Amino acid sequence: MATAARPRVRPLSPHLSIWKWRVHMLVSILHRATGNAMAFGAVILFLWWLIAAATGPDAYATFYSVATGWFGILVGVGLTWIFFQHMMNGIRHLVMDTGAALEIHDSKRFAIATLVGSVVLTVVTWAAILLTKGV
Amino acid sequence: MGTGTELGRVRGLGAAKSGVGHWWHQRVTAVGNLVLVVWFIASLVRLPLLDYASVTGWLRQPVAAIPMLLFIVSVFYHFRLGVQVFIEDYLHNEGTKLLALLALNFYALGGAAAAVFAVLKIALGA
Repeated sequence: MATAARPRVRPLSPHLSIWKWRVHMLVSILHRATGNAMAFGAVILFLWWLIAAATGPDAYATFYSVATGWFGILVGVGLTWIFFQHMMNGIRHLVMDTGAALEIHDSKRFAIATLVGSVVLTVVTWAAILLTKGV
Repeated sequence: MGTGTELGRVRGLGAAKSGVGHWWHQRVTAVGNLVLVVWFIASLVRLPLLDYASVTGWLRQPVAAIPMLLFIVSVFYHFRLGVQVFIEDYLHNEGTKLLALLALNFYALGGAAAAVFAVLKIALGA
């Protein structure tokens, strides 16, 4: 029948493209991005480090020279922040799983706290590394 | 859960057949990671040096090797669950999704096996 074959015109939401950045949205996207970055980037480097240590001094020396170069340290600082951001927002998720901090202002404050916390923890960790090891 | 069989309601596994198992395992490993990754970072920071002798000497101790093995299990299981959801959300072609999930399982399990072997080789080696 002619009427059945005609595609039905469905109503579309007119506001799908109208939105603005919110901090809750930013930490949610960052949570997924940091998780996947660690699943591939950090895990590969972790395996390289551990397998090099199990293989012997020469294999470890190769890893060590790359890891302690400026690029290695840059990647290390980046991965430290990535971990702490994922950790802080993970704690936020565990709290929200209990039904707490779901109210809009609490949720927003908590999201901001994860961003501040991850930067502070990264600075503290690398200050400790640079002060004690003099890399 | 009002329309299933009585056995189904008792098991509470729902239409996906696994209930909240995935969600719960992700939370259990999240708490595990919280403890173990912070322990891992703190341990590396506290080692006087991170050269070959220091790292292997550290991993030879049971007090380091045992948490390292737990760390590997918790971290690799956690990211396997997380990346699975990522794949399911963004890959809509069934064939591609299947291959990606297969690759993810091989990567996570293979990586974990290699890491466990490396720890045991250091900890139990001569």
